[in-house]
Amino acid sequence: MIEVKNIKKSFQDGDEMRQILFGISAKFYDGKTNLIIGQSGSGKTVLVKNIVGLFRPDEGEILYDGRDITKMDKKQLKELRKEIGMLFQGSALFDSETVLGNVMFPLKMFSGMSYEEMRDRAQFCIDRVNLTGSENKFPSELSGGMQKRAAIARAIALNPKYLFCDEPNSGLDPKTSIVIDELLSDITHEYGITTIINTHDMNSVMGIGQNIIFVNKGHLGWNGTKDEIYDQDNDDLNNFVYATDLFRDVRKYRLVHGYQRTTTK
Amino acid sequence: MMLFKALNAFGEYCQFLWSTFGVPEKWREFFKRYTDEIHKLGIDSIPLILIVSVFIGALCTILIKLNINNPMLPRYAVGMTTREIILLEFSSSILCLILSGKIGSNIASEIGTMRVTEQIDALDIMGINSANFLAMPKILGLITILPVLVVICMFTSLLGGYGVCVITGIVDVDTYLYGIQTMFIEWYVWFALIKSLFFAFIISSISAYYGYHVKGGSVEVGKASTNAVVMSNIMILVVDVILTKLLLQ
Repeated sequence: MIEVKNIKKSFQDGDEMRQILFGISAKFYDGKTNLIIGQSGSGKTVLVKNIVGLFRPDEGEILYDGRDITKMDKKQLKELRKEIGMLFQGSALFDSETVLGNVMFPLKMFSGMSYEEMRDRAQFCIDRVNLTGSENKFPSELSGGMQKRAAIARAIALNPKYLFCDEPNSGLDPKTSIVIDELLSDITHEYGITTIINTHDMNSVMGIGQNIIFVNKGHLGWNGTKDEIYDQDNDDLNNFVYATDLFRDVRKYRLVHGYQRTTTK
Repeated sequence: MMLFKALNAFGEYCQFLWSTFGVPEKWREFFKRYTDEIHKLGIDSIPLILIVSVFIGALCTILIKLNINNPMLPRYAVGMTTREIILLEFSSSILCLILSGKIGSNIASEIGTMRVTEQIDALDIMGINSANFLAMPKILGLITILPVLVVICMFTSLLGGYGVCVITGIVDVDTYLYGIQTMFIEWYVWFALIKSLFFAFIISSISAYYGYHVKGGSVEVGKASTNAVVMSNIMILVVDVILTKLLLQ
């Protein structure tokens, strides 16, 4: 489990300090898809970057199964990072490597496996994300959805305990978004990973959100499950969730018929 | 304010170098990248060096012949002066100014693009020292290969001068050959090689620094690339003056 306690973060903005996070506390559970939602500019990405250690918070604690990342020295942080996988918004695949090379990269750096073992493990991950046959393609030859899947394969290559995803559906069509969401959800449940997904896509929230943290203007706006999200009276959250007619209709339908998820499988 | 910014940038540059020079995560991966960089930054620059140095050598010979048409000077002075210009300045300083445009922009834009596409963040998340992983092979690779390029430049420039003598007959070939050998000071070759080591470090480290610290998108990558070349050129000229004073006087 990952627990953040009273995280505050400011950045220099010209001559002034601009506070982005105002003391956020939340828990992210093992084997669950934990979603951080909120409007653009609400501080979601800053929160995630604090949690993974790309930024250091001004105040607060970030506990990975009781280990506080803010108090770790470089060596401890390096060890912890071997337990972390991350899927970036733009996939962040290495341009000069093929899909196979990208997935093998963390294995080459940290696993101590032989080449054959690394290749087998990488192939397993590639097969797992349904990219079989694309091993020798370069990232520029892949579609957006395929790039995301290749990045997921790389992120899970070292069997991470914690998986972070920054806007995994950005730039993808709705059908491919559902494929990526379901892949992330399946991997989370299969391997018992603590998955944290940073998104503003309500389809993801409805589809795979098991623990939802709503960040509003740098504050924790709300915390609950996808079923609870429809029955709350938080105005800021309602403005976010029911921003479109589609979701207003979904709410009306749900109030009348109850909620049942449809998939494209 | 400008001074504060400059000091801030210098401090960042020193921090960047501090994190760059460390023990690589995997030696095998480091040597693979190191040899790749030698090939990419050095071997791939040889055609440019050959073209530029042949023509500069030829031009030096023609211009010197035209400008020192004095009966008081021996005829072999053309070859000798061409050699001195090439050894002392062209093969190291001017060549590095030219190469900083090609290599510097290549390094800055490659690392800068990796920064804006979050590839560097991906390395950091994996627990890899990204500055060490990306910049050290480039810096050491260029330091290794640039002296070789300087030696190639010396030979091809003198060959360019020889070629123009053969083709145009502006100077007698034997006189030219005598000129480039007479009163030869070996230290000048070492001087050029020593300078090239400094210049290689300047080009690669400054360009890597600018690329690594890009913030924003493609426009900023372009700016970083330009700034890297400009700053490398300025530093090459400053260090050239200092080294010339220290090593030749």
